[in-house]
Amino acid sequence: MNRRQFLGWGCLGAAAPLAGGRAAASEASGAASDNARGVLVDTTECVGCRKCEWACNREHHLTDEPLESYEDTSVFEQARRMDTAAYTVVNRFDNARNPERPIFMKVQCMHCVKPACVSACLVGALRKQDAGAVTYEGWKCIGCRYCMVACPFEVPAYEYDNALTPLVRKCSLCFERTQREGESPACVAMCPPMALTFGRRSDLLALAREKIAAHPDRYIDHVYGEHEAGGTSWLYLAERSFATLGFPTIGDAPVQELAETIQHSVFKFGLPPLMVLGALGLFMKAFDEAGKDAVRKPAASGEESAV
Amino acid sequence: MTTHLEFAPLERGMSRTTNRVLLVIGAVGVVAILYRFLFGLGAATNLSNQYPWGVWKAISVAAAVALATGGFTMAALVHVFHRRAYEPLARLALLIGVLGYTFGAASLAVDIGRYYNIWHPAWPTMWQGNSVLFEVAMCIMSYLMILYVEFTPVICERYAGRVALPGGLARWNGAVEALLRAAERLTGRVLSVLLLVGIVLSCMHHSSLGALMLVAPHKMHPFWYTPVLPLLFLLSVLAAGFAVVILVSILTARGAGRRPDLPALSSLSLYVLVFLAVYLVARISDLLIREVHLHLTAGGVEPLWLLIELLPGGLLPLLLLGSARVRNTPALLGWACGLVGFGVLMNRVNVFVVAYRSAYAATRYTPGVFELLTIAGMLAIFTIAFRYAVATLPILPKTAETLSMVSDTADEGAGEPGDAAPEGVRECAHA
Repeated sequence: MNRRQFLGWGCLGAAAPLAGGRAAASEASGAASDNARGVLVDTTECVGCRKCEWACNREHHLTDEPLESYEDTSVFEQARRMDTAAYTVVNRFDNARNPERPIFMKVQCMHCVKPACVSACLVGALRKQDAGAVTYEGWKCIGCRYCMVACPFEVPAYEYDNALTPLVRKCSLCFERTQREGESPACVAMCPPMALTFGRRSDLLALAREKIAAHPDRYIDHVYGEHEAGGTSWLYLAERSFATLGFPTIGDAPVQELAETIQHSVFKFGLPPLMVLGALGLFMKAFDEAGKDAVRKPAASGEESAV
Repeated sequence: MTTHLEFAPLERGMSRTTNRVLLVIGAVGVVAILYRFLFGLGAATNLSNQYPWGVWKAISVAAAVALATGGFTMAALVHVFHRRAYEPLARLALLIGVLGYTFGAASLAVDIGRYYNIWHPAWPTMWQGNSVLFEVAMCIMSYLMILYVEFTPVICERYAGRVALPGGLARWNGAVEALLRAAERLTGRVLSVLLLVGIVLSCMHHSSLGALMLVAPHKMHPFWYTPVLPLLFLLSVLAAGFAVVILVSILTARGAGRRPDLPALSSLSLYVLVFLAVYLVARISDLLIREVHLHLTAGGVEPLWLLIELLPGGLLPLLLLGSARVRNTPALLGWACGLVGFGVLMNRVNVFVVAYRSAYAATRYTPGVFELLTIAGMLAIFTIAFRYAVATLPILPKTAETLSMVSDTADEGAGEPGDAAPEGVRECAHA
């Protein structure tokens, strides 16, 4: 917190390079709420059937291809990313330890506990719900795409081909559907081998830890999403390092922390800008008196006018 | 001694040939922009889900407002620190500010997907104070308004008392006249406060523009990811703003067949020199302190882009401006200042495009043809607007005497007419 105090407007420059390291905790968003729900993905259970993709596409009216078409495994030959017509995709990774059983990784919006996209959105079109989901109100959106710059997982997709009313597209954790009692997200409800578990984030973390403790040979000791970028609603268990499974290696701090810290220190109660304004006003008066007779004097002293 | 400084439209217009070339480029740009609005960003740009920001954000918005900084730094110099020697340049700098920021705002409207919602950040129920971009948007919007208010007296001075609308519009002459008078009175009252507010807003949004990319630490190349990015942005525009004013002033004098106001320009270039030195010391020591200069040998395109930004765009103009001969020779001074602007332009391209790396995209973003044509076209249109403005409005000091009052000693750079033709923009202005 001391960083925030000394990073006043005036000394922003001199102090920042020396300060280096991590910024203070983000002011913007609190810790995960008790109600926050998420999904635990046990990737050792996933068989790559892609039924979650089908369920998601049907739930959000993205494509109406029949379920059978999802049995096509040729899509696994290339790594895929989410786009405007697919909020979740499953990728396949070779498994050297057990070539018969490749590893499948389902990806979608991680629904961060402290989402960078929500911090970035200048009109509040993206919002973090108490229930855990990061939701989007298209009518507010101006289409600046700063959320996409901010997202550490490169999740949001944009309707570039829509000339008039393009929207940002991403998984909503089936926010409306899960508001109803007993309902889980479409992908979770569909998952045949029970690789996906929907529930309170705190319960899911406990479950993940139990699983790791019970089968230390089956899982690496890392719940992806427990701490990454400040924590995410989607949590993953895997048998080998996530860096080898297409997941980014991200520190524990929310990525927006530094930007928010600077932002909030510079604009603390609007005081620093007002102080600069006052100082300029004083300069204006002082120099007016002094400069009345000084006309066309070569100005050799440039640093005087530093603002 | 006190001289009352008067401004006037150019006595003679500028080259017709140049205008025609600009019009052609502008027309091509308009076609590119129409294409974007008809067929969408997907058709007109190379942007993707992995590379959401391209050259429109980097050049048309970020670099444009950086290079148009002269509007506020000159206001500070002349009206706050009362350096009267630079008053002849004040309106030119203001015009650069007005046009540069309008350019940035117009380009932003082309770049964002839902351009009709561009006013949303200003609507209180949608304010989002954690967003760096919100702060940038609010400051730029307010500052743009302030620039227009600052510019109002220039328009009032030209037209108040001689409003003569053509044809059927003539019946509105009285109303427009009254409006101009009212605007003159009103702006006169609030101008000095707005000037100060404009300076504060400028410092705020220039540093915040630098804070924008701090949100993506893991996607940014270490050359351009530093916690002091906001400070570096602010320092760099202080140098670039004056440099652009000097360059434009020299080019305008050339085009209009006038003598550049060399004493004012060369002493102003000392400010460029000092600010550039401060910026480069900060920039380079930041690279050294974070030890990222080690990446220079790591291969890839980034070292090359960094060197282009720092050598021809930084150290070379620093050396040039250090020489008194350069500062006192209009052509050399123009080149040196052009390089300063180029360096800041390259920095913005590097920060917003080159430094940004997606972990998932197979290929990097490179700008598409329509993106580049749009930038060229917009630039041409705004250059036409600039030429029209200096030919129509009292932007430049009135008489040759005003200019030569102090420039008798400097003959070497005496205005070569260049491609100036006697008749030009001015005629169209009065058509």
